[in-house]
Amino acid sequence: MRSFTYEKAHSPAAAASAAVRTSNAKFIAGGTNLLDLMKLEIETPSHLIDVNGLGFDKIEPTPEGGLRIGALVRNTALAADERVRRDYGLLSRALLAGASGQLRNKATTAGNLLQRTRCPYFYDTNQPCNKRSPGSGCAAIGGITRQHAVIGASDACIATHPSDMAIAMRALDATVQTARPDGTTRNIPIADLHRLPGNTPHLETTLGAGELITSVTLPKPLGGTHVYRKVRDRASYAFALVSVGAIVQRDGTGRVAVGGIAHKPWRVEAAEAEMPRGAKAVAARLLDGAKPTRDNSFKLALVERTLAAVLTEAKG
Amino acid sequence: MRKPSAFEMSRRNLLIGTATSVAIGATSAQAQNSVPQPLAAATAADAPAMATVSFNVNGEVRALKLDTRTTLLDALREHLHLTGTKKGCDHGQCGACAVIVGGQRINSCLTLAVMHEGDSVTTIEGLGTPEHMHPMQAAFVKHDGFQCGYCTPGQICSAVAVLDEIKAGIPSHVTDDLNVAPELTNAELRERMSGNICRCGAYSNIAEAITEIAGRPA
Amino acid sequence: MKFDTPATTNPIDQLKIIGHATSRIDGPLKTTGKATYAYEWHDVGSRPAYGYIVGSAIAKGRIASIDLSRAKAAPGVMAIVTAENAGKLGKGNYNTAKLLGGPEIDHYHQAVAVVVAETFEQARAAAQLVQVSYSAAKGSFDLAAGRDGAAKPPGRGDNQPDTNVGDFPGAFAAAPVQLDATYTTPDQAHAMMEPHASMAAWDGDKLTLWTSNQMIAWTTGDVAKTLGLPKENVRLISPFIGGGFGGKLFLRSDAVLAALGARAANRPVKVAMQRPLMFNNTTHRPATIQRIRIGANRDGKITAIGHESWSGNLPEGRPETAVQQTRLLYAGENRMTALRLAMLDLPEGNAMRAPGEAPGMMALEIAMDEMAERLNLDPVEFRARNDTQVDPEHPGRPFSRRQLVACMKTGAERFGWSARNAEPGKRREGRWLVGMGMAAAFRNNLLMKSGARVRLDRSGTVTVETDMTDIGTGSYTIIAQTAAEMMGLPLEKVVVRLGDSSFPVSAGSGGQFGANNSTSGVYAACVKLREAVAQKLGFNSADVAFSDGQVSSGNRSVPLGQAASDSELIAEDSIEYGDLAKTHQQSTFGAHFVELGVDVATAEIRVRRMLAVCAAGRVLNPKTARSQVIGAMTMGVGAALMEELAVDKRTGFFVNHDLAGYEVPVHADIPHQDTIFLDETDPMSSPMKAKGIGELGLCGVAAALANAIYNATGIRVRDYPITLDKLLHRMPDA
Repeated sequence: MRSFTYEKAHSPAAAASAAVRTSNAKFIAGGTNLLDLMKLEIETPSHLIDVNGLGFDKIEPTPEGGLRIGALVRNTALAADERVRRDYGLLSRALLAGASGQLRNKATTAGNLLQRTRCPYFYDTNQPCNKRSPGSGCAAIGGITRQHAVIGASDACIATHPSDMAIAMRALDATVQTARPDGTTRNIPIADLHRLPGNTPHLETTLGAGELITSVTLPKPLGGTHVYRKVRDRASYAFALVSVGAIVQRDGTGRVAVGGIAHKPWRVEAAEAEMPRGAKAVAARLLDGAKPTRDNSFKLALVERTLAAVLTEAKG
Repeated sequence: MRKPSAFEMSRRNLLIGTATSVAIGATSAQAQNSVPQPLAAATAADAPAMATVSFNVNGEVRALKLDTRTTLLDALREHLHLTGTKKGCDHGQCGACAVIVGGQRINSCLTLAVMHEGDSVTTIEGLGTPEHMHPMQAAFVKHDGFQCGYCTPGQICSAVAVLDEIKAGIPSHVTDDLNVAPELTNAELRERMSGNICRCGAYSNIAEAITEIAGRPA
Repeated sequence: MKFDTPATTNPIDQLKIIGHATSRIDGPLKTTGKATYAYEWHDVGSRPAYGYIVGSAIAKGRIASIDLSRAKAAPGVMAIVTAENAGKLGKGNYNTAKLLGGPEIDHYHQAVAVVVAETFEQARAAAQLVQVSYSAAKGSFDLAAGRDGAAKPPGRGDNQPDTNVGDFPGAFAAAPVQLDATYTTPDQAHAMMEPHASMAAWDGDKLTLWTSNQMIAWTTGDVAKTLGLPKENVRLISPFIGGGFGGKLFLRSDAVLAALGARAANRPVKVAMQRPLMFNNTTHRPATIQRIRIGANRDGKITAIGHESWSGNLPEGRPETAVQQTRLLYAGENRMTALRLAMLDLPEGNAMRAPGEAPGMMALEIAMDEMAERLNLDPVEFRARNDTQVDPEHPGRPFSRRQLVACMKTGAERFGWSARNAEPGKRREGRWLVGMGMAAAFRNNLLMKSGARVRLDRSGTVTVETDMTDIGTGSYTIIAQTAAEMMGLPLEKVVVRLGDSSFPVSAGSGGQFGANNSTSGVYAACVKLREAVAQKLGFNSADVAFSDGQVSSGNRSVPLGQAASDSELIAEDSIEYGDLAKTHQQSTFGAHFVELGVDVATAEIRVRRMLAVCAAGRVLNPKTARSQVIGAMTMGVGAALMEELAVDKRTGFFVNHDLAGYEVPVHADIPHQDTIFLDETDPMSSPMKAKGIGELGLCGVAAALANAIYNATGIRVRDYPITLDKLLHRMPDA
């Protein structure tokens, strides 16, 4: 871990100005992913801005009937919030499927969205990785790829996004509120937050330099039955091989987002039109263009079968 | 075995001096004249950034000046000599470093000590002593909920916090109905304890130890 | 004490303390964080500096150059040791690969440098500044590709790579029912919770190492050999060990580098290996390819059994002896076994919990299940029909005690085995396909010389000193129980001190030989102490009784401590073994039963019930013995369902080299586990009449799961781990 200076920010403006003032600065909140990566020098900030004091730790109703979730709300608190449990069960379920109890106590809403891939080649600094070291190549391609992306990947990167929470956020059409160093704020639809790898896998989100997530807003509840199914070898404390989050209405329509298969939460709105026709039809559209490896081709069947189970469960 | 030299202080001493974690308030004690000097004197540019922090550990206020890179785990183990909290992986993948901060269990390896100004930290040493064990510690002994003992402090801290989490109504991955308070079932305990790996495989016994404590009237 | 005739009645048979489910005497220390592990010695010596290991970035080749300038200039750095400046280093007797690589590199993440700095943070940061240029060479990393070129490894004593009895090819060809199947087991990691860690301090040319090691005497010798020191100049202290499973049998780089770093920095140095380095830097259980052929008559009698195993290792490395159990477990007149070894440039393969039998039973016990099905026999019945009470390769050698059939029958009864539907894929409960499986358990019992010293003080307290280690096995407790039983004391009057090279050499912890041998060594020392006490107190030692803290004979009874009223009484002895292990085959037996569910949609596998029945001699402490067995069962679940070091065959390393990537079971994977110990004593094994149990519990578990998965789904997977991707394409429609 490289040496860094540390400050506590006491206002969003102070945080933003610190980010601009100092080159190579990073915000830190929960720290559960950032410190992990800093120990390996995959992340090497020279200045840390502790944003835990900014007060973004509330969950509040919005005038539109939704919920505004402060960026610093811990995963445990978000999953346990009564309104979330009642109206956004998918989100609670996704959160509770992730990490472990003690990690969820620290990990924040914004940090969860921004967590980086678990590709083992990304984590091994002896190996080439375009995400870690742009232009160095991708050791995962042609290597051990059981966990890697089957769709939306590129010749530069086949990593997946590891978040469970983000799958729910994507299905719920959350929006992300940010504060930029110039004092402006903006709303980013969750669909536009994460990027596909393309030729620039090191660019994982559309956030600008020094841009700070301040909250995530959920639109008013959709109703329906919420199901999140995470498939993994070990029963807990493991990243998904595949996860399926779905909101299913009485008439069989609904929404589906899938984790563990792409560089970002994977949702294809056109595929959702097929929901009344069943999992096979949905999966065919959802996975159209998939390019699995020999190691991970099972994920195609697994998505379809898991989705079928989810739809069955939603019917009750 | 050499005798401790004069500048060293005992485990019980509140202020422990080392070359880079200078206990605030200690003055002459941390002179390191018997220690060889570093190869390169740190220049202003690459010198470790230092910061002060003060938090409460097991009921005592501890003030430290630390390299900012110091994790809470290393502050406890290397600076405060509270080695009951274990380093198993240092990457949040095993749970051996679990401590209770502000009533919640966390992995102390993935948090910086300087981020805990004013916090209240409970480690395994704060739960009980060999002579006066916390009921959870005694239940682990009774049910043989450990073997090598290395994950054990983390398991116990986690177990104590898990019971509070259930009491507080926090749901888990295996909670059937999100809109009903979770019950204290074996499946709930096993899911909630899953962030604490025990390679010796004492899980079955740990579950029995926790169940015994959970079954007691509060 | 020489043990060369079967044990008769002795003081242990009183079973006042031995055989009772006593809580661990070290439990209060471990559960309160007061047990001191290798990296935690803050109260000895002067404050240590911190070492951080740099691992090789290539699997095979040479270091072209190392540039230390940036690292040396980093804040706090006191020394950097590489092969270039370490001085001449030897290689330990028990090491295959060098512990400090360079210029030749033998495997990925082989240590190439240790950076010593004032603080951990400084050492870690400076280690990243060590610039190593490599010249990579082509290596062999693929066992399957190396199979055809694999060679017959050299034999060691009675342990030969090949055995042949009768006419295996002829009998197999003639058998009316045959199985010829190939199984694979992957590379596996010990993944103990405490990383390899050591603190080194020099006093002149004398070295003290506080470390985490299972075998104190082996490792003391290898430290001396590696560093070129007389053995008496090396002191090892290792009273608490955060898990080993074979990974800490040997000297490892943490200890060597702490010693070298301390010498270079002129300061005590401590080194804990960073977790992401452990999987490739240290040893692992090697992968195997196993071909098993079984021929039987229609009545279920095996006529031919053959087992071949291929594994790989570095040059001078040894094979995984996966055929070991097949030489002994089942009857059959015509038999063959063969081990073949391929040269691979992966990290060093070496012992992991039940080396040989653990992977061997993973294969053999699936084969037995497959064969039972072909014969239309219940798997318990098929195994029972092929029981043997003699070593089938040497029928003149009986087993000392062999209760395999009783284990299986007891387990079947307790588990409700009769409810199993022999036709697979027929039991559905909601989203789960449910299956039951069983396997035999088998592991040899090993006899090793073991010594101890016992001291009696005037308060009547007995202190036991032996270099035996407690790696979670319960050594402290059973040794205390042994001394208490022998000396007629309550447990509280015994103090046990372990893991110090200044104590008498014990068997150490490994190969499930620790408990029986180390307590026998304590027994021997206590016999001597009893004689000394009797003599001191003027008793005729033949009829003296030690009980309730008193020594008595006839009408006379005096407190034990009185024998030490003027000075401490000290006795030291070892147990040494004669030919009983040659005349009798000593093995431990058991049976594993498992019920599990396979999700009909996702093929996720979740274990519901587990039972192990063991017959392994006298159980010295049912509480700690049970823990050994359930822990092994848990490791068996890992082996069956998730554990695999994934080899990148292009560049030659284990890719999933941390605890997120190398998954081991968590709480949620493990149901309540049941164990039964059959009442047994084995007078051939030792005066304790005990045998090993810690590895028996692992041998067969994974196969029981594999067989249960087959019973649940009708899908036979012969390649471990059995992950959902291997089932999914053959799963029925949900």
